[in-house]
Amino acid sequence: MNEPIRFHFDVDGENFSSAGEASVTVKKRLRQLGYPPDVIRKVSVAMYEGEINMVIHAHGGEADIEVGKSEIVIILRDKGPGIANVDLAMQEGYSTARDNIRALGFGAGMGLPNMKKYTDSMHIDTEVGVGTTITMKVLL
Amino acid sequence: MSKQYQHSVSLEVEKCKGCTTCLKRCPTEAIRIRDGHAVIQSDRCIDCGECIRVCPYKAKKAIHDDLACLSRFKYKVALPPPSLYGQFDRLDNIGYILQGLKELGFDDVFEVACAAELVSAYTRQYIKRSDVKKPVISSACPTITRMISMNYPYLCENIMPILPPVDIAAYLAREKAKREHPELTDEDIGIVFISPCPSKVSYVKNDFSAERNYIDAVVSMRDVYFALLDVMKKQEEPFETTASGLIGIGWATTGGESTAVFNDRYLAADGIENCIRVLDQLDQTEEADMGGLEFVELNACSSGCVGGAMTVANPYIAKAKLHTLKRYLPVSPNQPASEWIPDEFFFKSSIEYNPYIRLSPDRSEAFRMMSEIESIREGLPNIDCGSCGAPTCMAFAEDIVKGETTADECTVILKKMFHEYLEEHKDRAVNEKRRPLSPTSNASDEPNEGGTNA
Repeated sequence: MNEPIRFHFDVDGENFSSAGEASVTVKKRLRQLGYPPDVIRKVSVAMYEGEINMVIHAHGGEADIEVGKSEIVIILRDKGPGIANVDLAMQEGYSTARDNIRALGFGAGMGLPNMKKYTDSMHIDTEVGVGTTITMKVLL
Repeated sequence: MSKQYQHSVSLEVEKCKGCTTCLKRCPTEAIRIRDGHAVIQSDRCIDCGECIRVCPYKAKKAIHDDLACLSRFKYKVALPPPSLYGQFDRLDNIGYILQGLKELGFDDVFEVACAAELVSAYTRQYIKRSDVKKPVISSACPTITRMISMNYPYLCENIMPILPPVDIAAYLAREKAKREHPELTDEDIGIVFISPCPSKVSYVKNDFSAERNYIDAVVSMRDVYFALLDVMKKQEEPFETTASGLIGIGWATTGGESTAVFNDRYLAADGIENCIRVLDQLDQTEEADMGGLEFVELNACSSGCVGGAMTVANPYIAKAKLHTLKRYLPVSPNQPASEWIPDEFFFKSSIEYNPYIRLSPDRSEAFRMMSEIESIREGLPNIDCGSCGAPTCMAFAEDIVKGETTADECTVILKKMFHEYLEEHKDRAVNEKRRPLSPTSNASDEPNEGGTNA
């Protein structure tokens, strides 16, 4: 196989209605590359959750996707508040989302757990007040 | 479905001006402008009819059988869908339409709304089963079914495997004809659907539903509407009465099918763009986060079937008329004889993912093409103007890599090149002029130069 293909997206933090667009685009690219439905499903759920998280908590950020020979790497970077307690954030149902965001149907506290569930590995690099970088891998 | 898919949207080349209206509105990027007119890419078209609606030159047409096709059959049965009932002004009794259809030469009329009530009953039963994937997605709109099979592999299993009302109506109508007229052969009987949309025409033409298509011909609602206007005028109080109820007629508009499931955990959406957004979201949401959603009704046309591209009335007006027409009807007079759903009422096979979008069956080749597409796209203006004949710069880059067009079709790049050429040429022209002229006369040269600059 050739060089990995990279896709870059800026995730707009001001706009809830466009949240999820980057994952829709990635999904299309993976279909064009001929990946099987289960791989596409994993990448798109994990990326969608991550994208929504960046919009809710961090006023947006950047998403980089690297489609390589044996794995798909999703890197989500933001300059948001950081995660104070990663173990707590990983618990299902834990959420710090504001009520107005929960009213939109988000903030159920399933974002990070779902991202972990749908990927083969997930690494969280976070510093309070500086930002968060999440690296997820889906093996092929 | 391996054979070439037959579409029901066609183009009258002479009428098409090659404007980019349809190009920009096609939800699956199936249209390109080539040699000055639109070309529909068959493998991408979902027959939604958007291009028919938006074409300013009326160059896009729906293909369907014309009413003359009736003469092919000895015994003709009309299948009017409930959306037909909403087309007429000052109509207070559906019986007029049913009677009118008989006057047009149909031997019998079988209302699709009656079959819809059976499908509603089956749906209620089906979604209670523990082995079905939720949310169950309605199988009624063929544009949505085709869209899912092309772009949402993960959702293919969610589509309800029970046939849409039109097929069940066709099946029952044929059985009825054979029962009442044992002397008729299968070939003698013509089951004719009066379709509100081109999508249902393709659906029938491609034998999407069953081993043997239950429907023999599909005529346009518009054609039938105008034919009916002539015969309906002459009538006294009709002797035909509708056999359908509130629920069956409700299927003509969005939400009708959902409310008939008697379960408030439903989602009903219409308009192809909205449907795509809903599907995108369902496709990338964990089941547990769907809020216990059980049923999804998606209609490609605004307001549902009343918004089909072969209807006459405005969809919202038709909807209001249907409200009046169904007001005093019983809720659901058509009920299945038993809990058992006949085998004939299921799709012949499950909906399969059709990866038409794949760049190449070979992954390495697909990778190479994708890299090339990305690098070409970086050099494009990314303003999605459509002048190149592709709906977006991304689609244009894909077309270049697939060898379907060339980079110089981009007018923005061409304009830039033209300006660069002019700049370069201007300098050269000035230099060339200066050299031979400077020894003799400088004075006569100056005004000329000023002239070219202005």
